[in-house]
Amino acid sequence: MAAGTHYLPGLTPTNEASVQKSDDAAGYYVLGDKLVDPKTPTGPIADRWTTRKFENRLVNPANRRKLDVIIVGTGLAGGAAAATLGEAGYNVKSFCYQDSPRRAHSIAAQGGINASKNYKSDGDSDYRLFYDTVKGGDYRSRESNVYRLAEVSTNIIDQCVAQGVPFAREYGGLLDNRSFGGVQVSRTFYARGQTGQQLLLGAYQAMERQVAAGTVEQFTRHEMLDVIIVDDRARGIVARDMVTGEIETHLADAVVLATGGYGNVFYLSTNAMGSNVMAAWRAHRKGAYMANPCYTQIHPTCIPVTGAHQSKLTLMSESLRNDGRIWVPKKAEDCTKDPREIPEDDRDYFLERIYPAFGNLVPRDIASRAAKYMCDEGRGVGPEVDETQADGTVKKFRRGVYLDLGAAIERLGKDKIEEKYDNLLDMYERITGENPYEVPMRIYPAVHYVMGGLWVDYELQTSITGLFCTGEANFSDHGANRLGASALMQGLADGYFVLPNTITDYLADGPFDKIDESHPAVVEALEGVTSRVEKLMSINGERSVESIHKELGQIMWEYCGMDRREEGLKTAIGLIRELKKEFWTNVKVLGSADSLNQDLEKANRVADFIELGELMCIDALNRRESCGGHFRGESQTEEGEALRHDDEFSYVAAWEFGGEDGAPILHKEDLIYTAIEMKQRSYK
Amino acid sequence: MKLTLKIWRQANASEKGALKTYELDGVSSDMSFLEMLDLLNEQLLHNDEEPIAFDSDCREGICGMCSLMINGEAHGPEVTTTCQLHMRSFKDGDTITIEPWRASSFPIVKDLIVDRSAFDRIIQNGGYISANTGSAPEANSVPAPRDKAQRAFNTATCIGCGACVAACPNGSASLFLGAKITHLGELPQGQPERYSRVQSMVGQHDAEGFGGCTNIGECAAACPKEIPLDVISQLNKDLRKSLILG
Amino acid sequence: MRGSSVRAVATTTLIKGARSTRSTIALKLLMAASGIVFILFVLLHMYGNLKAFSGELAYNEYAEHLRTFGEPMLPYGGLLWILRVVLLASLVAHVGSAVALSMRAHAQRPVKYAVKKNKASSLSSRTMRWGGVALLLFVVWHLLQFTIVKINVGEGGQAVDITENPYRLLTAAFQPEQWWMVLIYLFAMLALAFHLHHGTFSAIQTLGFTNTAESRARARVAGWVVAIVIAGGFSLVPLFTVFGVIS
Repeated sequence: MAAGTHYLPGLTPTNEASVQKSDDAAGYYVLGDKLVDPKTPTGPIADRWTTRKFENRLVNPANRRKLDVIIVGTGLAGGAAAATLGEAGYNVKSFCYQDSPRRAHSIAAQGGINASKNYKSDGDSDYRLFYDTVKGGDYRSRESNVYRLAEVSTNIIDQCVAQGVPFAREYGGLLDNRSFGGVQVSRTFYARGQTGQQLLLGAYQAMERQVAAGTVEQFTRHEMLDVIIVDDRARGIVARDMVTGEIETHLADAVVLATGGYGNVFYLSTNAMGSNVMAAWRAHRKGAYMANPCYTQIHPTCIPVTGAHQSKLTLMSESLRNDGRIWVPKKAEDCTKDPREIPEDDRDYFLERIYPAFGNLVPRDIASRAAKYMCDEGRGVGPEVDETQADGTVKKFRRGVYLDLGAAIERLGKDKIEEKYDNLLDMYERITGENPYEVPMRIYPAVHYVMGGLWVDYELQTSITGLFCTGEANFSDHGANRLGASALMQGLADGYFVLPNTITDYLADGPFDKIDESHPAVVEALEGVTSRVEKLMSINGERSVESIHKELGQIMWEYCGMDRREEGLKTAIGLIRELKKEFWTNVKVLGSADSLNQDLEKANRVADFIELGELMCIDALNRRESCGGHFRGESQTEEGEALRHDDEFSYVAAWEFGGEDGAPILHKEDLIYTAIEMKQRSYK
Repeated sequence: MKLTLKIWRQANASEKGALKTYELDGVSSDMSFLEMLDLLNEQLLHNDEEPIAFDSDCREGICGMCSLMINGEAHGPEVTTTCQLHMRSFKDGDTITIEPWRASSFPIVKDLIVDRSAFDRIIQNGGYISANTGSAPEANSVPAPRDKAQRAFNTATCIGCGACVAACPNGSASLFLGAKITHLGELPQGQPERYSRVQSMVGQHDAEGFGGCTNIGECAAACPKEIPLDVISQLNKDLRKSLILG
Repeated sequence: MRGSSVRAVATTTLIKGARSTRSTIALKLLMAASGIVFILFVLLHMYGNLKAFSGELAYNEYAEHLRTFGEPMLPYGGLLWILRVVLLASLVAHVGSAVALSMRAHAQRPVKYAVKKNKASSLSSRTMRWGGVALLLFVVWHLLQFTIVKINVGEGGQAVDITENPYRLLTAAFQPEQWWMVLIYLFAMLALAFHLHHGTFSAIQTLGFTNTAESRARARVAGWVVAIVIAGGFSLVPLFTVFGVIS
């Protein structure tokens, strides 16, 4: 498309609906109907959101307090939505499994938040942010959603500043920006390396204000175990009070899931220990489609695993790649040497070598995969770890590559580097015990974010009427890959500006018929949860939940990680099915169900991770193309680059639950672009 | 390495608790402190003893969920959170006493887990800037001096873990309180509610039963985010001004 | 709905319109203000004591002047009575706040830690409460000895030429044969130094004058200076008396 024509895009599609020819997952799934109506507005892309907001029905302020909304999760998407709907006057009930809403894992995001403010006058615009996001997502996202995201991004910054979020500022007192994640404009707002924390605390404080005002009721240490559906509408949830063990039902006119991502299906990830898929998966089992579950973002700059005891991984901000040079020894025998003793000539700066144009700043998936290949070749560094191969044999690998700040320290001075990365480097030293100013840091990719999630329409409503899904928990905005500093943007966009404007159209039909605890659907949901908990407590087998989770993680990482192939994925599906049997016959949970019981909590979560893992593998198996965070070994260029097949796979794979032992049902939503033209990525 | 662990066990809020001694072998110095406890829990599960309940979530030092008193020091011997403390800070044969935060305003839920909802209620009582969604002016319309914005940021890094209360002999939450008062009070957006905020937040702090500050500095030394003692001075100053202004 | 009684261990509810004037911080402000009154008083007191180095005449003249100060606007001894009232009020405020705050602190931690380390607090800051009690006992002793003049010791301690002569009252108290009296006073001055060392810093912090690391460091120096000057200044008179320089 020629530059500028997007202002008058017309509605001429730039691509055709894809027709899938390959069928790798044959036998593992059932093909369902196409999804034809994601309620996307038509018209020029820049007008769609405005049009939709105008067309949506509103709720009279006097009627709002008669409407109850349950919001599960208190991260950016959930906290912001609770605050906003509370301010509007709805009765909000907010749930989180942590002891306070302020602890949601959005808090751990380091880098920043994008917004098309164009404060630097470097040519940024809503359209450019939209363009970068769709392109970054490898053309696997819905264009209307992404444009809306770009459009509201500027409002987010205004809102957060008004709340007192202490963004970085220039000497004149105006907001500072930096360039992030390889884009050419400076549009990232940040609060040192703790942007997520500051944004979350802003949302949390806004929400607590509503708690004081009486519009939001807060349920901490509560975990959602099921969704209650009455007459085909989501009308509440079943939740467990994690302190007393009581299983409660909470009813409402609408339910919002803002429960974050499911990266912990890999056991090791940068997610919080408690991050889980249960809420989304329970909804999936009740009819909500799960979209693109295989799209996983693997972040290249994490601190490597040190041993079997490892419980989670820690991210080092990607910004380090601006100054650090990534290398491994040229010769495998150098891998055990002190890196400072390896001469320049014996170092392989592999990203600079393979991708001379972008060098160390290539996108996350490319950097991650390159590091993996170096280690697969036997040129990794750091401690040796055992890895079970597909044939059952155990091989030793070193899983780490150097990120060397030496050259930057020489060029800019230690002070400058300290000023830029002080906190990060301190953290690195605390975890590894090595001083990054002296010894090159070791990094390795780790699971960081999932682009997949519950399928939602343009209104953020799932395929269950009255059940909405926001933030990382939904699939909507990032396509197959998320750009840096976009997760915070999406969470807050959904929470502050999108959901509060779309849910009203649904609530305008309410209040719905009053139901109470004795309603058969409520009783059934409650009984279902209670019997599942009883079952978990009664198996009394030999294996800890932790050990089964770890095994699941190893299967997923090995076969559904950075390089996925048909054979491996099929192996994985078999292994996961066996593991599921093992879990339900041999798991051991001590203590009682009617008190605080962390093993029981974990067991509930891991049971759902196992089922999700299988679906992820099936989705990955079906998608015989490489796009964004999904790399199929069978689909690469001669140079080993990811190769998309737009003619076959430019669709959203929305999976319907196929019953306890049935195959999942695949519904395809075609991705048709009118405001942007698909291009093959190239970072050479 | 091999360790002797003395850990507080308490079935629930109403039962009496006691320190219980465990021996743990096979601890690697690369483990985090919580991974060491994971290992102990795996061993306990194997021996049919109920695992020890303790809080942790992000395990990267930012969510503020972890909360252990380790050998008499909140979050242990390093200036960091419990989850970022690593076993290389200990040596083979050490005895480590692990207790929950002790304060009446943080009642024990189970074993090492305490209820810190008092902090939420303090925030509910004014720990915010009232800015309804959608009503915000253009972000750059009000410049904020850089040094003030930096001080606001430095104090906004509080993770609400409660180490300050745990370390304070008076069980005061003044550092937590001062951090929020300073964060919001340093920004132009925080001015309209500045003095009503300090009054209601201090009121809730006291209603929760937290002790008074005696300026001895144990809180700032225990703070994993190194929030300095001067936020308490700022808190005092703002309260004093608010009392004079009425 | 079953979710209504969810807070298992909640202790308090949200309060509105709290009485900040009765808050812990208001108590601390009261304590700081009364503490400053004491600091000013002991400075003045110490200045008077040092008059002993100028000899009997100057010292007694000073003592008499304190009583006639402000005449005829004030009656004889009026200033001293005003001072006594102010000091008594400050004492009530200081001790009252201390007791209230101390009770809060105890209520907040009924179960003690099995192991507890002090990381940053000075010894002086941790001895404020018991040190304060010790000082209070000392003040009672000191008043009985020098103001009410009931327990003066030594040969002829109750003789009129001593009780009516401030200078001789002073020197008689610290004769070498009453070395233990000197020790009591030196010990009390040590306690005072401790109390002032943290008290001065704490008052400055409570009043909100230490909003930067530099001003906090200055407040700490102020604590040292006040403690050394006052306790040191007071100690000079008993020491020089017992060694015969003042006679």
